[in-house]
Amino acid sequence: MWEQIQANRRRSRMLVAAMAMVLAGLGFFAGEAFAPRGGGLAGLAVAGLILAVQAGIYFGAAESVVLQGVPVHEVSREEIPRLHNLVEEMQIAAGLATPPRILLVTDPAPNAFAIGRSPEKCAVAVTTGLLQRLNRDELQGVLAHEIGHIRNRDVQFMTLAAVMLGTIVILSDLLTRTIRLGRTGRERSSSRGGGQAQAAFLILALIFAILGPLVAQILYFACSRRREHLADASGAQFTRYPEGLASALEKISASSMQVAFASRTTAPMFIVNPFQAASGVQGLFSTHPPTDERVRILRGMAGASLADYAAAYAAAHGGSVIGARSLAEAPAFEKREASGEGPLLGGRAARDASAVLSGYVPVVCGCGLETRVPASHGASSIRCLRCGARLPVPEASSVSTEAPPGSDAPAAPRRLQFQRQGSGWESFRCACGRVMQLSPGFLGTQVRCSKCGSEIEVLPKAA
Amino acid sequence: MISAFAVIAVIFVAILVLTLLWVAGTYNALVRLRNQIENAWAQIDVQLKRRHDLIPNLMETVRGYAKHEQGTFEKVTQARNMAMNASGVKARAEAENMLSSTLKTLFAVSEAYPELKANQNFMQLQEEVASTENKIAFARQFFNDSTMTYNTRIESFPVNLIAGIFHFVRRDFFEVAADAERAAPKIQF
Repeated sequence: MWEQIQANRRRSRMLVAAMAMVLAGLGFFAGEAFAPRGGGLAGLAVAGLILAVQAGIYFGAAESVVLQGVPVHEVSREEIPRLHNLVEEMQIAAGLATPPRILLVTDPAPNAFAIGRSPEKCAVAVTTGLLQRLNRDELQGVLAHEIGHIRNRDVQFMTLAAVMLGTIVILSDLLTRTIRLGRTGRERSSSRGGGQAQAAFLILALIFAILGPLVAQILYFACSRRREHLADASGAQFTRYPEGLASALEKISASSMQVAFASRTTAPMFIVNPFQAASGVQGLFSTHPPTDERVRILRGMAGASLADYAAAYAAAHGGSVIGARSLAEAPAFEKREASGEGPLLGGRAARDASAVLSGYVPVVCGCGLETRVPASHGASSIRCLRCGARLPVPEASSVSTEAPPGSDAPAAPRRLQFQRQGSGWESFRCACGRVMQLSPGFLGTQVRCSKCGSEIEVLPKAA
Repeated sequence: MISAFAVIAVIFVAILVLTLLWVAGTYNALVRLRNQIENAWAQIDVQLKRRHDLIPNLMETVRGYAKHEQGTFEKVTQARNMAMNASGVKARAEAENMLSSTLKTLFAVSEAYPELKANQNFMQLQEEVASTENKIAFARQFFNDSTMTYNTRIESFPVNLIAGIFHFVRRDFFEVAADAERAAPKIQF
């Protein structure tokens, strides 16, 4: 995928240059309008500052800015070991140096995306809905597609674009607010200078308001549909099982649910356009190729190599999609067989997992009613709402290790323990209030609380 | 007046510089490819070692339920010891393929013990072994890709001249013996 990596580098440079030019021009003219003598230079300085802030965000906090307010949780190995195994398998197949982190988004709509600045710092994000619906092969296909994006450096470009677009949205929002405040000010005072400043602000705000969607359009053009095809081809190559990705794409696009936090800024990041189901229109500005065409190409592959994808693409769509140099160096692969394994998290487990990840401890009463206790609820027991029984909230208890009397040894630090009640999914509260979860596959004897850092000893279920 | 000699000298020097640049660039590209192979091999190594570490635990668990399968246990232990002592790409590939097939037998045997199959510990180990098998397959796939790219590069003209001077030699593939192995090894649940 040499051509794609180079194209992404070129596009990133072009995007930054275009952004700098637009901001500089804007700053200069707005400054001149605001103060005819020397204002332009001040405007340029402001533009420089905005660019510096954008760079700071991109290099410092791109992920948290783009995922602002999204119910997202970084999945540890103890929580869902099979998901970690799947991601590591695909990382190895792609030849990435380190496995990407895994983010779980609490959302019933099935979808996935990747985010990050460099292949080493990337993360793949999946929704809880995706884990519930897809079997192992399909999930592997989706993860391979996302890791393909990471390997082809698509993710870097998308993250850069999302940060730049995000800044524009915030700036135009700020300006509209300033105008609103300025208007109430004008009603009180009738000074002329104030009126001029407002006019300049108004123009600025208008320009930003026009620029926002414009940049969005540029972004939509830039994330050509080709990169999705290339990631599909990589996905088929890594898994050697195109059918997995094909059936995953079908399931995702068949869902009528929409990912709650998807916006026009983040839409191009997803594996299937989250707005596709809503609009159903494939226009000139579509960020993704039609899903049925992607599925048709994947199903038409004779083997699992890049050359097979290129041939299937030519048959379904016409033309070529993969660069000549990548094709020349790609070895041939045969398809493998289906593994026949079911979803990673079935029904209740996925629901419990998403409850825990959003900070609740599920407590099931003998009468069958499940109560979700918020982590901030400090009580050690609750009353069942249906039958009134007292139910203990599972919690790690502290064990005081007293020094033997008479010895001068300092008291040992406080230790925490949790006694397992069963062998399935189990949730409990750490002493600091953070909800922890053990998966059915958890075999260890210790977990570390990710909030307060204390080691909690896990005792096996009492015989 | 610039003499013809000066022109020729300049052209000659320019060609010399360009050639040197090309040699340096090609050499660096070959070194990068060779390192990629080394890294891929290290990755396979990590996964193979992980599988060796998992096997004693797995056997211990299975032994608790299936006491009468002594023959299978011995075969697995033997294959594991052979795999751990093998050296060189080809010998190791053979030994590891042998280990893969004995492990398959072990899992096939455990099908007959429902209590074992329901054991939480066993299920976890089975997942780990299956995933490690997958990782080995994927690492091997990446290793063979890298090796093929490297081998093609050092044998094509004119890179082969440089490869010859600096002793870049052909590398072995991590071959798969049986046809069944060619599809990513998978343990059925």
